[in-house]
Amino acid sequence: MQSEIIKSEVGIIVEESDYLSIAKLCRYCSLSAESILHMVELGVIDPVDTSVSYSHWQFSNTSVLRAQAALRLQRDLGVNLAGAALALELLDEIKQLRQQVSYLQR
Amino acid sequence: MEYKDYYKIMGVAKDASQNEIKRAYRKLARKYHPDVSKESDAEERFKELGEAYEVLKDPEKRTAYDQLGANWQAGQQGFQPPPDWDAGFEFHGDSYTGGSAGAAGFSDFFESLFGHAGGFQSRPAGGQYQMRGEDSHAKVFIDLEDAYQGASRGLSLRSTVMGDDGRPQVKPRSLNVKIPKGVKAGQNIRLKGQGSPGIGGGSAGDLYLEIEFNPHSIYKVEGADVSLEVPISPWEAALGGKITIPTPSGAIDLKIPAQTSSGKKMRLKGRGIPAKQPGDFYVTLMIVLPDTLSAEEKSLYEALQQKSSHFNPRKKLGLGE
Repeated sequence: MQSEIIKSEVGIIVEESDYLSIAKLCRYCSLSAESILHMVELGVIDPVDTSVSYSHWQFSNTSVLRAQAALRLQRDLGVNLAGAALALELLDEIKQLRQQVSYLQR
Repeated sequence: MEYKDYYKIMGVAKDASQNEIKRAYRKLARKYHPDVSKESDAEERFKELGEAYEVLKDPEKRTAYDQLGANWQAGQQGFQPPPDWDAGFEFHGDSYTGGSAGAAGFSDFFESLFGHAGGFQSRPAGGQYQMRGEDSHAKVFIDLEDAYQGASRGLSLRSTVMGDDGRPQVKPRSLNVKIPKGVKAGQNIRLKGQGSPGIGGGSAGDLYLEIEFNPHSIYKVEGADVSLEVPISPWEAALGGKITIPTPSGAIDLKIPAQTSSGKKMRLKGRGIPAKQPGDFYVTLMIVLPDTLSAEEKSLYEALQQKSSHFNPRKKLGLGE
């Protein structure tokens, strides 16, 4: 099969991109607003400011990655959303500790 | 075609019970799930596992698979399904394990035996069905210097596209990616529309690249801060002066104050990774001595020792004198 060369694509740093509206987050994750609300309830993702009504909620761009990872864990491992949230939190902690270990080992 | 030993992949005996197979699957799925595992081949292993489980969990498929005989070895080439294969078997197109495995289909070996796995095929043909393509993920290693200057990387990706026959196919493609400067390890880069193509006119998914730094021979990185250990001579430490040190953005001059002790840390504000909030560059000064001292150098140190006899470097250790 032939591989196709595509011109240079410019990447955007997800962690430093502008906030997303709840509507955009729904679209990027192919999820309903109810599912997003459920994820917020269980702490999988957090809106930037919860004092505004949920239709005005804004999310960091990393929420897309997090919500998708939660869905994959749910689908592939048979855990519920609360379990997926726990797994993601522990994975974050492991990642941080690994970074610290490799920093200290040098 | 390559023969696949599904029992070996799942690490179970050929006479394992359905419950044992289920347990093995759950355990290995947790181990090799690409979101959980750190192994570089996790995605492949997970996919292989999904395929093995697809066959072994289903008594119909398992019986059919077992009938291929024990003469085949894992990885053995030249496999062809026997001519009377699938006589007397009916495989139900029920739910495939799907998951990450479903997206790009199963191996040729699987398909030659059981047909094509779910995927797009089962979608209502020609209907109104429309879906955004899936996002793809990959990890990219860059050098610290790339984070200072930005970098260009050629990537080889395997993406799933819809073939002319309406079945998903894995197609290799190359992509040249500009990585913006100021990126930190662990951050993600998004390339809009470079994920899997959408279905039925839906928009394509995005490609996410997780950035990791190659270990550097002299710099240490923590977040946006970069640090460097700089050796100095005893006289540079005593008298101070200007020295030249490397930074990832080029060599700079650094003024060392007089009477600098070993281990002294200096901060160069804003000379870390040029992120949105730029990091700092930390220099730790370490006094080093030449490997050998000439007789003259030695006598000079001895003179210094006598002149400085009042100095007690271990005063803080509380032994008194």
